[in-house]
Amino acid sequence: MTEIWDGLTKALELLISLDPEVLEIAGRSLRISGSACLLASLICVPLGSVIHFHHFRGKRVLINIIQTLFGVPTVLVGLFVLLLFSRAGPLGFFDILFTPTVMAIGQMLLIIPLLLGLTISALSGVSKEIVDTASSLGASGFQTVGLVLREARYAVLAAVILGFARAISEVGCALMVGGNIRGATRVITTTMSLEASKGELALAIALGIILLFLALIINIVLNRLQQR
Amino acid sequence: MSLIKVAGLTHSYSEREVLQDLNLSVGRGEVFALIGPTGAGKTTLLRIIDLLEVPGAGEIYFDGKCIPRSGKQRLEIRRRMSFIQQKPQVFNLSVYDNIACGLRWRREEKNKIAEKVDHIVEMVGLEGCKNRNARTLSGGEAQRVALARSLVLEPEVLLLDEPTANLDPVSTDKIEQSISYIARQRNTTMILATHVMSQGQQLADRIGVLLNGRLVQTGDAADIFHSPQNEEVAHFVGMENVIEGVINESNEGIVTVNIDGNGLQAVSSYPPGKRVYACIRPEDITLLIADSYQQKAVRSSARNSFQGKVSRVITIGPLSRVEIDCGFRLVALVTKMSAEELDLQVGREVCATFKATGVHIMERKAS
Repeated sequence: MTEIWDGLTKALELLISLDPEVLEIAGRSLRISGSACLLASLICVPLGSVIHFHHFRGKRVLINIIQTLFGVPTVLVGLFVLLLFSRAGPLGFFDILFTPTVMAIGQMLLIIPLLLGLTISALSGVSKEIVDTASSLGASGFQTVGLVLREARYAVLAAVILGFARAISEVGCALMVGGNIRGATRVITTTMSLEASKGELALAIALGIILLFLALIINIVLNRLQQR
Repeated sequence: MSLIKVAGLTHSYSEREVLQDLNLSVGRGEVFALIGPTGAGKTTLLRIIDLLEVPGAGEIYFDGKCIPRSGKQRLEIRRRMSFIQQKPQVFNLSVYDNIACGLRWRREEKNKIAEKVDHIVEMVGLEGCKNRNARTLSGGEAQRVALARSLVLEPEVLLLDEPTANLDPVSTDKIEQSISYIARQRNTTMILATHVMSQGQQLADRIGVLLNGRLVQTGDAADIFHSPQNEEVAHFVGMENVIEGVINESNEGIVTVNIDGNGLQAVSSYPPGKRVYACIRPEDITLLIADSYQQKAVRSSARNSFQGKVSRVITIGPLSRVEIDCGFRLVALVTKMSAEELDLQVGREVCATFKATGVHIMERKAS
């Protein structure tokens, strides 16, 4: 019991004193997951629009597959990226294994299904009448897509935020492709797992508090968006 | 030359034929009302004319040119029209942005857009809520946003689908006034779908009756309301008395129609033996009370008078609808005041009179 208590007080000390290591790790986490989320959004919002506005054979099946991949295990994505970027792998020549870059790529791949699926369902939430109204007011195909995205903006933003939340809280992929190298690829989750297994509770708890705090902010923002 | 022409239009939604071999042309500056009950295909026809949907078969001509079934030309032509849907769909944007979007899509200049939008906002009386989100508006206000959004584009053709459905009488009035104002001021061609007969009568130059996907009759209001072409149209335009009979004799353009042994006189050129319907508008029937009519011994020029008993009286507002059983069923429309003064109650003996010229005779097809 005293162990936990000690850990908690030390953790608070770390947080209040703005410990450089804590800040460095939290900052790296935000940067990696933030870029993963940005890249995934840049891919998924246009791609989701294309899928939503086109009718093709197997659309239903594709959407089913995307939704199935919402919960893809992080370690599976980690393994896939590891194989892809390992020396002998097809993309090994990039030589980026165990760098923040490859971690961002891994997290991006992890959240693409989620973002894509939620973007499509956000766009489906815009009624056909709105689309028709836009057309009848003289919108071209592109202009109609623009308007529908604007109509669905809060739902799309909610999808992006959920994607970010999944990216920053995952540990499997970051550990496998990042390697948890001190000062280079250590992020909140991987550090927590390592420190906890070493019995160093203070840093783990401090980072845990930061992660919880981020979750809280995300929750508040999402709630706000849903009320719109 | 007609601005819009529709030829041989047929359209179906999964097996169900919504429009069947429909032909229609509307001239430039003409206001055309499409009347028909819900489900007749009015909305589908408007959607096809607005090029929102591609018909199953048939052609649409705009300004003499046949419109292709796909391609960029459709957008160009669609931009010359504007369609106001029955349920106004406002975008989740400010009132200003809602109204401006059509102009922005046409890449108009920013200053010009502001000028036009401000002007139209004032015209529809929405100055107070220019910056409000349109989703927070009431139904009537949303309808006005939809109207403004279309009018600001100054379209050559305005398509209106039940523009006053679900509106209170005051708002209905306002919308109707704006419609006839625009039709006159800008010489806008309009196609107006409505199930309210009087609206078509008031606003339109010409009326088309759409029943079960077929354009059954087109003509001016008098044609449609007084000389319906068949039983369906007659019922739809409020011709409550549609009575089956056979022409007995014909004499100098006046025929006598035998209705279950009663003789009814009308103006018609059909020969004896013809199976017909006699149609009488309920407001054309005058009711007399049997005894007063005998006492005064007034002679009437009306060729038809039938004795009967009142079987039902329904009063709606200032008018009373009186059903009379005089061997066949007749419905008369009189003012509530008359009904009270004549003490028209169920069982009361009355005499129903109407002129031979008030009867419209139409052919009864063998069923």
